[in-house]
Amino acid sequence: MKRHLPLIALALALAWVASTLVPRGNPGPFDLGAFGRLPVLAGGRIKPLDTIARTGLLMLQGRQRAVAPNGKQVTPEEWLLDVFFIPDTADAYQVFRIDNPDLLSIFSLARADGDGGVRFSYRQMQAGLDELDRQAHLAEPVENAERSAFQRAVVELRSHVEFYVRLKFGLQAPGIADLAAELSDSSRIRALHGAFESMDTFSSLRAIPPGRASADPAGWQSVGHSLLGAASPSDVDPHALMYAALGNDWRGSQPAAFDAAVRSYGDELSLRFPAAARRARAEASFNQAEPFITSLFLYVVAFLLAVISWLAWPEQLGRAAFRIMGLAFLVATFGILARMWLEGRPPVTNLYSSALFIGWGSVALCLVLEQLHRNAVASAAGSMIGFGTLVIAHHLSLSGDTLEMMRAVLDSNFWLSTHVVTVTTGYASTFLAGFLAIIYIVRGLLTRSLDQRTADALSRMVYGIVCFATLFSFVGTMLGGIWADQSWGRFWGWDPKENGALLIVIWNAIILHCRWGGLVRQRGMMALAVFGNVVTAWSWFGTNMLGVGLHSYGFTDAAFYGLITFVASQLAIIGLALIPLGSWRSFRGSKA
Amino acid sequence: MNQEPTASRPGTGGPSFARTVAASLASLQLTVALLGLSLAMIFVATLDQVHLGVWGVQQKYFHSFFVMAKVPGTDFTLPVFPGGYLLGGALLLNLVTAHASRFRLSWRKSGIWLTHAGLILLLIGEGLSGLMQRDGQVRMDVGQTRRYVESFRESELAVADVTNAGYDDIVAIPVDRLTGQNVIQHPKLPFTLKPVAYFPNATLRMRSQVPNAPPSMATMGDGTEMVAEPAPMTYKPDESNWPTGYVELAGPEGTLGTWLVSALLDEPQTFTYQGRTWQIALRARRDYLPFTLTLGKFTHDIYPGTDIPKNFASTIRLRSDDGRDDRSALISMNNPLRYGGFAFYQAGYANNDHTSVLQAVRNPSWQIPYASCALIALGLVLQFGISLFGFFRRRAGPAPRPAAARSAPSSP
Repeated sequence: MKRHLPLIALALALAWVASTLVPRGNPGPFDLGAFGRLPVLAGGRIKPLDTIARTGLLMLQGRQRAVAPNGKQVTPEEWLLDVFFIPDTADAYQVFRIDNPDLLSIFSLARADGDGGVRFSYRQMQAGLDELDRQAHLAEPVENAERSAFQRAVVELRSHVEFYVRLKFGLQAPGIADLAAELSDSSRIRALHGAFESMDTFSSLRAIPPGRASADPAGWQSVGHSLLGAASPSDVDPHALMYAALGNDWRGSQPAAFDAAVRSYGDELSLRFPAAARRARAEASFNQAEPFITSLFLYVVAFLLAVISWLAWPEQLGRAAFRIMGLAFLVATFGILARMWLEGRPPVTNLYSSALFIGWGSVALCLVLEQLHRNAVASAAGSMIGFGTLVIAHHLSLSGDTLEMMRAVLDSNFWLSTHVVTVTTGYASTFLAGFLAIIYIVRGLLTRSLDQRTADALSRMVYGIVCFATLFSFVGTMLGGIWADQSWGRFWGWDPKENGALLIVIWNAIILHCRWGGLVRQRGMMALAVFGNVVTAWSWFGTNMLGVGLHSYGFTDAAFYGLITFVASQLAIIGLALIPLGSWRSFRGSKA
Repeated sequence: MNQEPTASRPGTGGPSFARTVAASLASLQLTVALLGLSLAMIFVATLDQVHLGVWGVQQKYFHSFFVMAKVPGTDFTLPVFPGGYLLGGALLLNLVTAHASRFRLSWRKSGIWLTHAGLILLLIGEGLSGLMQRDGQVRMDVGQTRRYVESFRESELAVADVTNAGYDDIVAIPVDRLTGQNVIQHPKLPFTLKPVAYFPNATLRMRSQVPNAPPSMATMGDGTEMVAEPAPMTYKPDESNWPTGYVELAGPEGTLGTWLVSALLDEPQTFTYQGRTWQIALRARRDYLPFTLTLGKFTHDIYPGTDIPKNFASTIRLRSDDGRDDRSALISMNNPLRYGGFAFYQAGYANNDHTSVLQAVRNPSWQIPYASCALIALGLVLQFGISLFGFFRRRAGPAPRPAAARSAPSSP
């Protein structure tokens, strides 16, 4: 049993990973999966309705799970269908997350009124929406970095309400009971002109495909826009009619008609727009498989196995940890490749994907290190970073679609794949050196498990990774300078993000020169490497919080306290490293 | 331990002051100290950008020898931290002396040599850019032709003789001259200009809107009906300073009057003197080009159904004065036009997509960073490659003795 432990662990993990890839069935008679795979144009790209539903729920309330007003747990698709077709019911879903207590007072709400104390429904907020609007107008002229917590919460909730209202106008206008019936009568079509105009103005979706097959997404229209061009029932676009009938089927609980309509429309799109339909189907499956969540759990298991291996069964548990980390890495690789294919871009395009890639890069290095040293240290560090970066990525995904379109200035696949990937690898390796150093400090100081051989191996690893980090952060930073020179005419502009990258380069150079000059030994180098975590975290997130400069694309407010906590923890670990070696449990007695 | 020899090598001759100074200048301790100071300076400067903006921070921290701070409650400034020029210069000196005194040319150190050579080049290049780079903008409506670059921050007082239909004869006076008291005289001008008052930033209002305003210093031109009020300088990226002043013109026969001049006035003010027509205007400093640019078309694409910009592009007709070049060029995001020592970038747009704003940069040393980056990257790859190669060779060899295993590859 003990001998086969690594294999058994791997087999169990594999079975679990396989189970996540099996498509989940529909909870009821409606083919919600087929509905979720239907493509629409939103946010500048064609994506499945499943993505709209999931990113919408994540953005509004921080999770994909929704609970219907009748207490039943529903899938994201069911919530979206209610928003489209039964807005009265949708308004009662408690899906708006409000954390700021001052914001609650706008709506005269108390914590006790909300689901879990933080989630409230559109209906609960309705009476205070005018006041929210007024407060948002007051807050908007204030620059992002200077807004108070209340102002930021106001602006955020206002944008969530707007997102929700726009969705309600996506396929039909609220207030029209039976759009399909209205569309069968010319006089009614004329009478509803105003409603169609509202739909065209407010809808964030363009659900009607172009008449002729074309790869240009600009041909997609909103339902409202399409209906505005119709004078009589014969002019109405068949797809607008299909969606109107779908509304009736959903409201009237007609699964057979619903499924038939959704499937035949899906088939039609596969014929006319094979590439877009294929991507939408793949994206919906990708959403459902949630590879990064799977990977996250595997990293936790790998980390625990690695740490336990220092106390018992080093060989077997260490190998099990290595294999499970390897599996987690493969799953994450698959996820990143899938995103690259969906987007047609290099791996790092925004803050979210930088988190994915930093974790991926660190783990890749750890797989190599672990092969060289086989002491579970690199497995522990790698799975810790893998886990941490995926948690960060999850929190970053709460701001909306993570496959967003690139702004003009960033729209250069060449520079995204050279500068961004290289500099992100620099971040990843600097973090890795820091986390390896943390293992050295914590194990050495608090346990007796850090023998001299492991300590020396760790020292070599940290030194090697710092060299690697110096190379990549330097080359990445310089490539950024060259991009800047090519794009806006200066090699170096002392922009906060540029400065942040430069700080990483300088810090790595400091570590190397301290080591070469004999200014520090093992323990000192470890303390310096941990501070590398602080420098890198600052460059990655802190600079975005300043809200100035050309790179301020990823302002994240909630991350601020996370960053402060992280920095404090790293400083505390550096403080521990300063305790003289005589008091370290691993080195007590031996002269190190 | 394969330790790099440190600067304080004992036994290399008697202690002398010069030797000690040279040794400290070349020491790794100094390198680490300078890098640490740079780190702190860059970090503080980044934080200060929220208040000063990028340009203000560059002047205060990076393009200065000392970071100056005001003593609270006074106007007295004191150096509180070394600035970019000092730190960069010291690092340069440290590097050069270290190589002169400590490093020997060897295959094992070749990567370090390359890296440091590239670094020296990079520091020199950055210094040159700081000294030589000029940047400005070209604003053009569709169909308009421009032959000059306007500075972002510097202004000039332009006095033009516009009597002749075919050309203007312009005398441009830097605004620095308006801050002094000295009378400005120029061989091309039949009158002198005397600065009366100057504000680096100001607001203008119509006199009718300010009932209690003091009488205007201006006796001629538009300024008689306006009130100029000094305003604090701004450093925000989306705001501009509006230099404003009063100048008194005088001929041999006496004063011609006092004019209000301001960057806020759109049109130059016209007057006649001795039968010639003159224009006077305070405007962004202009650098004239030996060629003209004409904006043919400007496009601003967005992703469908969003307001996310996808691309900006200007189609430009470029004509050189010597007649050798007459061609069209497309300037778009990430795709500049380099011509005649200038690089033109698509920087922005205005006026409902009718106006294109190009950034124009002239930096004769723009290629230095490319060369230095290539050198450093090559050097680092070489150095770490040699280390890595050594590491794997040791691993492949016989099992290291315990004592040998303890010494990490501390030197590259």
